[in-house]
Amino acid sequence: MMLIPCPFCGPRNESEFAYGGPVKPDRPDPNAVTDAQWVDYLMQVPNPLGPVHERWHHARGCGVWLTIWRDTRTHDITEAPDA
Amino acid sequence: MQDYSLLSLLRHGLNKHQGWTRAWRAPPLKPRYEVVIIGAGGHGLATAYYLAKEHGITDVAVLERGWLGGGNIARNTVTIRSNYMRDASIPFYVKSVELYEGLTKALNFNMMHSKRSMVDVVQTWGKMRELRRRQLVMDIYGSTYQPISTEEVRRRIPALTGGGPDARLPILGGMVHTDAAVNRHDAVAWGYARAADAMGVEIQQQTPVLSLIRGPDGKIEGVETNRGTVRAGKVVVAVSGHTTTITETAGLRLPLRTMNLTAFVSEPVKPLVDVIVNCPDSGFYFSQSDKGEMVIGGAPDPGQSFRRDIKQNVFEDTVTAMLSLFPSFKRLKLMRQWGGHLDIAQDASPIMDETDIPGLFVTAGWWGGYKAIPAGGLTLAHLVATGRPHPLMADFTLKRFRHLDYVMETGTTTAR
Repeated sequence: MMLIPCPFCGPRNESEFAYGGPVKPDRPDPNAVTDAQWVDYLMQVPNPLGPVHERWHHARGCGVWLTIWRDTRTHDITEAPDA
Repeated sequence: MQDYSLLSLLRHGLNKHQGWTRAWRAPPLKPRYEVVIIGAGGHGLATAYYLAKEHGITDVAVLERGWLGGGNIARNTVTIRSNYMRDASIPFYVKSVELYEGLTKALNFNMMHSKRSMVDVVQTWGKMRELRRRQLVMDIYGSTYQPISTEEVRRRIPALTGGGPDARLPILGGMVHTDAAVNRHDAVAWGYARAADAMGVEIQQQTPVLSLIRGPDGKIEGVETNRGTVRAGKVVVAVSGHTTTITETAGLRLPLRTMNLTAFVSEPVKPLVDVIVNCPDSGFYFSQSDKGEMVIGGAPDPGQSFRRDIKQNVFEDTVTAMLSLFPSFKRLKLMRQWGGHLDIAQDASPIMDETDIPGLFVTAGWWGGYKAIPAGGLTLAHLVATGRPHPLMADFTLKRFRHLDYVMETGTTTAR
C-alpha cells in the first residue's frame, strides 16, 4: 500500500487515487516531426528499473491531478509534489 | 535421455533408486554459440527445444540469471485456454493448446495435464456481448465457446452461491470453454529443459546477462555475463518483465511497460470446484489444484512495477470480489501470495520479432504467456532458424507499432 502525498489532503491511501500513466514528453507538432519521431512519441513509454515520473488523480478525494517520482522496484515515492 | 516410464521406475526401484541420472547437465560455458537464449523460463526453454528438434540447431546456450524455471513460469496460475478475440490470436492459442495436450508424450515427462473446461461467470451485459462476439470469431478457428444459462452455471459450480437476483451484479449467464486445462508448471520447465539438453542444448544457470554486445556494423555479437563474454550471431531475449532492461543496454527501446500481476493460494480443501472459474466482471479467476488449494488470480497493480509482491488493496479488492460470489470461501485461509512482473504492449498482444538490431530477437509482451509456451517456442524457433516468421505469429511484429496497425486483444486477463 502506498501513501501518496496529495498537495491539499496530505498523505492519502493509494486506493483513493486513479493511476494516470507515466508523464510523457510534450506533444510535438505533428507537421514538424518525421513519421518515425511521431510514432516514437506515441509508442515509447519510459520503463525504468528505478524512479519513474507519473501522474495520479485523487479521484476519490479532492480531484487534483499530481505528479510524483516513484521507484518501480520498491514503490517508494522519491519525489513528491510541493504542498 | 533416460526413459521415464513405469518399467524404468520398477527397474530403478530394484536398485534402490540409485541409478537415476541427472535430468540435464551443467556444462562449462563456451565462448561462442550459434544461438544464445536469455532466460530459462517457459518461452526460452521451449524455443531452445524446438530449435533443436525442428531445425537441428543444437549449438544453443540458454542463459539463466537464477535457476531454471524460477521466474514467471513458477509464478503464474497454469491456465491453458484459447478463448481469444482476434484472428491473429486464436489460431496461435489453438495450436498452443493442441501442443500442450501432446506434451507429456512428446517430452516423456508427466505434465499432469488436466483438461477441465473453463466457465466464465458473466455479470454485465457488456461483457456478455463481448464474449458472444468472441464465440463467433472462435467458431471460425475451431476453438470452443458456448453460452450456458445461469442455472447451468450454478449446476457446474455448486460453490457459486452469491450473485443472486438481489446482488449488485446478478449473474446473467455464462460461457463454457471446453478446451481449457491446467497442468503442472514445473513439469513444463523441466520437461523442455531435459528434452532440449538431451539434444545438445546447454542450460547455463546462475548466469545473468549484464549487457548485449553489438558489433561495429550494428549487428548483435553476443552478451556480457557474470561469467565472461559469450559470442553468438543470434541472441533471443525471453526474459518477461525485464525485456526493456536488457534491450536498453544495446540502445534499443521497445514499446513495453512492466507491470506486477499477483496471485495467491488458499489452504488445501477437499474437491469443491472441478472447472476453472473466471469472473471477468468481478475481476478474479481461480481453479482448484490437485493438492486442493484454490489458486486465485486477480488484477494487476496500477502503474509500472518491478516489485514482485502483492499490494494490500489489490489483495483486498480481489478477496472482496470473490466473497461476493463465493461466500463460503470466507473461512478459507490463504497460505501464500506472490507477484510476477511481466511486460505489456499497448494492444495487449505479444511481440515476437527480430528487432532493429540484426540478430537480436525478442519474445515479449506476454500477458498470460504460460498458455502460449509451446506455440511461442515453436514459432520463435522457426523465425530464428529460417529468418522468416511462422504463419501463426506473423502478426505479432514490432512493425505493427510503426504502422499503427495494432492487434487489439481483449482475451488477456487484464485487458478485460
